[in-house]
Amino acid sequence: MPVSKEALDEIALSQQEYQLIVEKLGREPTEVELGMFGALWSEHCGYKHSKALLKQLPSTSKRVLVKPGEENAGVIDIGDGLVIIMKIESHNHPSYIEPYQGAATGVGGIVRDIFTMGARPIALMNSLRFGPLTDAHNRYLFGGVVGGIAGYGNCLGIPDVGGEIYFTDCYSDNPLVNALCLGIAEARHLVRARAYGEGNLLMLVGADTGRDGIHGASGLASRTFEDERELRSTVQVGNPFLEKLLIEACLELSKTDWIAGMQDLGAAGLTSSAVESASRGGCGIEIDVLKVPRREKGMTPYEVMLSESQERMLVVVKKGYEHKVKALFDRWELRSDIIGFVNGNNLARIKEGDKVVAEVPVNMLSSSPVYRKRVNKPQWIEGLQSLDVASVPDLPARKVKTTLLRLLSSPNISSRRCVYRQYDHQVGDDTVVVPGSDAAVIRIKGTKKAISLTTDGNGRYCYVNPYLGGVIAVAEAARNLVCSGAQPLAVTDCLNFGNPEKDDVYYQLKECIAGMARACRELKLPVISGNVSLYNETRGEGIYPTPVVGMVGLIDDVAKHCTSGFKKEGDLVFLLGEGINIDGSIGGTEYLELMHRMVKGNPHIDLEKEKRLQRCCLEAIKRGLINSAHDCSEGGLAVALAESCLASGMGFIGSPWDIDGRLDAALFGEAQSRIVVSIAPKSSWKLQKLADRFQVDAVRLGVVSGRRFILNGYVDLPLKEIGEAWSGGLEKLL
Amino acid sequence: MKFGIIIFPGTWSDRDCYYSLNNILKQKVDYIWHKETDLSGYDCVILPGGFSYGDYLRPGAIARFSPVMTALEGFASRGKLTIGICNGFQILCESGLLPGVLLRNIHLEYRCQWAYLKVENKSTAFTSNCQNGRALKIPISHYEGRYYADDATLAQLENYNRVVFRYATPEGQVTEASNPNGSLHNIAGIINKKGNVLGMMPHPERSCEALLGSTDGNLIWESIIAGI
Repeated sequence: MPVSKEALDEIALSQQEYQLIVEKLGREPTEVELGMFGALWSEHCGYKHSKALLKQLPSTSKRVLVKPGEENAGVIDIGDGLVIIMKIESHNHPSYIEPYQGAATGVGGIVRDIFTMGARPIALMNSLRFGPLTDAHNRYLFGGVVGGIAGYGNCLGIPDVGGEIYFTDCYSDNPLVNALCLGIAEARHLVRARAYGEGNLLMLVGADTGRDGIHGASGLASRTFEDERELRSTVQVGNPFLEKLLIEACLELSKTDWIAGMQDLGAAGLTSSAVESASRGGCGIEIDVLKVPRREKGMTPYEVMLSESQERMLVVVKKGYEHKVKALFDRWELRSDIIGFVNGNNLARIKEGDKVVAEVPVNMLSSSPVYRKRVNKPQWIEGLQSLDVASVPDLPARKVKTTLLRLLSSPNISSRRCVYRQYDHQVGDDTVVVPGSDAAVIRIKGTKKAISLTTDGNGRYCYVNPYLGGVIAVAEAARNLVCSGAQPLAVTDCLNFGNPEKDDVYYQLKECIAGMARACRELKLPVISGNVSLYNETRGEGIYPTPVVGMVGLIDDVAKHCTSGFKKEGDLVFLLGEGINIDGSIGGTEYLELMHRMVKGNPHIDLEKEKRLQRCCLEAIKRGLINSAHDCSEGGLAVALAESCLASGMGFIGSPWDIDGRLDAALFGEAQSRIVVSIAPKSSWKLQKLADRFQVDAVRLGVVSGRRFILNGYVDLPLKEIGEAWSGGLEKLL
Repeated sequence: MKFGIIIFPGTWSDRDCYYSLNNILKQKVDYIWHKETDLSGYDCVILPGGFSYGDYLRPGAIARFSPVMTALEGFASRGKLTIGICNGFQILCESGLLPGVLLRNIHLEYRCQWAYLKVENKSTAFTSNCQNGRALKIPISHYEGRYYADDATLAQLENYNRVVFRYATPEGQVTEASNPNGSLHNIAGIINKKGNVLGMMPHPERSCEALLGSTDGNLIWESIIAGI
C-alpha cells in the first residue's frame, strides 16, 4: 500500500475506493491520477451518495430540450426561438471559512455555468441560511456573505432579483449559501459543453492558474469539519471584472461557428472541465500542463490540474479557427492559450512537456461508485412528529396583537429590504416585480412574455418531516409563481444535508427527494439541473435537511402579472384553498418555535387540493379577476394579510371569521395550499363560480380599506405600527 | 440626431441606454468602443453605468485614460452634449470634465432603490422638458455616489445654478432623510460651466417605461432630443 491514509483523507477517498481504482487501472495510480480520481469521485462532482436517489426526480416535459446531466444545465423552450437555462449551486463551506469570497465566487461559479452554454445571464437569486444574528460570529458571516454577493453580482450587471434568508441555530456553524442564475438564449446559439472532433484544440481562457482552491471539491465540499484546520487557502478569490469580460467575449463567441464546445472551470478545475466535456463528447483529451499560464512559479502538474482559480473557461476550438478565436479574446483583453487537443482514443492524457504524468480512460474517471443504503425511520423523528396539539395551550384572544407583532418582527418573516437594496435588482431594464413579492417577474424583451422566478425551502418542515418538507418545497415554490400569474415550468434544486454516510442523514435525504419527486410528478414539473451539498456538519452537528427549490414559470402576457400587495380601496379579500380551521396546522411553524420554543409536529399539505388551488388561482389571474395574490407561508394567514397591506400601504378590515377550532392555528397556522387574493366587488360572483368549478373553497375575509389593520376583535392597529415591526425586524439586528 | 454610447471594459448600462433610446424613444444609437478616437457624427454621447475596469482602484480612475476620453474632451469643448450616468459621472469627475468627486456612500453599503429628484435647474439642455416642477422618480444603484467637493467648488456650483438634481422626497422636499448616500447638499447631478456636460448618479435609462415603475427618465432624454 504505497498511499497513506492521510493522503487519501486529503482528497476524501476511502481505502476501498483506492483499491477499486487500482483494480480498474491494473496498477497503482500516479499522484496526478489519484488527485483526479479524488476530485471526480468526490460527492461534489460524482454524486456517489445521491445519484441513485436523484434518479427519482422527473426530468422531462414537452418543453425540456436538454436534460440535466447532458449539459451543465437543462434547457427549457419558452417559444419564439428562445430558451431558458437555470441552475442553483451551493457555496456553503467556502462561505463559512471566508464569507465574502466564498459567497462572491459562488455567484461567479453559477454565472459561468449559464453563459458557458451561450445564454446571457438575466437574473440571480440567493437562498441563505444562518444562525441567529444575536451572535457576533453569525453577524460576521451574514455581513460577509451579503457583501460578497453584492460585490460580485453588482459588478457583473446581472440583476439579483430575490431569494430567501432564514435564521436558526443549526446553521450557526454551517451557513448555507445557494446561488441561482437564470439565462436566456436563442435556441440556435446554444453551446454544448462537450469536446469532440479529433484534433480540435483545447483553449484555456481568462485568469492565470494559481494554487488557490486546490481540494475545493474533494476537501471542502465533500466532507465535514471535524477539526479547526486552517482551510482558508482552499477558498478562491474572485475577480468579477474578469468574469464580466468573459461573459461578453464568450457570448460573442457563441454566435460564431468557430467552436465545438465550451465548459467553465468550476469545482476540481481543469480536471473536471476537461474530463467532463470529453466524457460528454465520447472522446479523449490531451493536455500539456506546461502550456497552462501560471500565477506563481514552481507549480506541480498535480496543482495545475486541481487548482480552482476562478474566472477560467475551457473552449474547444475547431481546428483552423484558433487565430480568429484568439483575436476575439484579445479584443476583450483576455488571455487565451492552447493547452491541448481532443484525441480519438478516449484517454485523458496529462503531460508535463514530454513526460506523461497521467493517463486514464475518461469513462473510468467519470463513473464514480454509486452508494445506496437501506435505512429505517429514526426514532427521534417519530418523536418530533408526535406533537400532542392539545398539550400546547391555545392563544388567548388578548395576546393576538402582541403575537402578530412578534411574528412580523421575527428575522424569518420581517422585511428583507435592508438586504436586497444592496443588490442591483434593476439592471437590464427587465425587472417588472422587484424583490419583496412572492416571486420576481422579468420581462422578455421583444415579446409580450415574462418569466417568474422564486426559491423556496423550509428546513424546519424537512427536519420534522423530510418527506412532507420535500413535497412542500416544490408545492410552495409553484404556488409563489402562480401568485405572480405564471405557469410553473421547471425546477432546479440544491440539496443541503449533513453527512450522508450516517443513516439518519441518508434517511432525510432519501425521504426528502422522494417528497420532491412526488410533488414534481403531480405538478408536472421537470427538474432540469441541480447540486447536492452534503457534509454540512461541523464537529458532528448537522443542519436541518434543507432542500432549496428554484423554480421558473412563464407569463404569456406580462401586462397580466400579479403581485402580493392590495391594490384598491374597497376590494374584497378572499382566502382561496384550504380554509381557516385546521387545528394541526401549528406543527412545524414559526409560531410554535417563536412562542412555544417547540420544533415539532407535522406540516400540513394535500397535493390534490394544492393542484386545484393553483389551477384556479392562475385561471383567475389570467381572466383579470384578481388584483393581488399572496401565498400564506411562514406566520400563516394573519401575517399574509399584514404583508399584503404593507406591500402597498393599504389597510384591511376583517369581517367576523368563523373560527371553530384553535385560534392560534386559524391565525398563525401554516397549512399549505392557501392564497390570499383581493378582487373588485363586482368580480366576487365570478371568482366564486370559478372556485366552484375547480372545487376550491373561497372564504371571504374582509375588505381593503383605510390605513389600519383590523382583525375583528383581535387586532386593531395603525398600519404604521405593524409596518415598523415588519420593516425593522431584521435591520435592527445588523 | 444621433446618440453614441461608450463601452469601457466592465460597463453594463450600455444595453439599457441603447434599449431606452432606440426601442422606446426611436432614436439612432451607436455603441462606441473605448478605443475609438473619433466622435464626430454624434450629437450626444453617453457614458453609461457599470464598473469600468472593475472599479478596483477608484471608480473611473482607469477609464479616464482610455483613448476615447481624449476624443470626448474635444467633443465636449465643441459644446456637444455629454451625459455621464453613475460610473459615467464618476469618470467625468476623474477626467476633470466635471468638478468634485464621488465617495463611498456614507453608510458604506451599495444602494439600489428608487430616488426622487428635485429638478433645480430647468433651463439646461437636459431638463428643458421638466417644467412642471414635479420630482422625478429615477432609481439609483451605486456604492460610490456621495458627491463631495470643497467649499469653493460647492459655492461655484450653487451660485451658478449648476446643481441640476437634488435628492428629495416624492413631494420634492430636499431633506436629510431623502438623501440616500450622504451627498453634500443632496447633490444627485451637476452640470459644467458651459452647460453641455451633465453628470448624474441616478439611472434615467431605468425609468422609461410604466411597466418598470416610472417614465420620468424620458423627460431627460426628450429634453436632449428636443434641443437638437
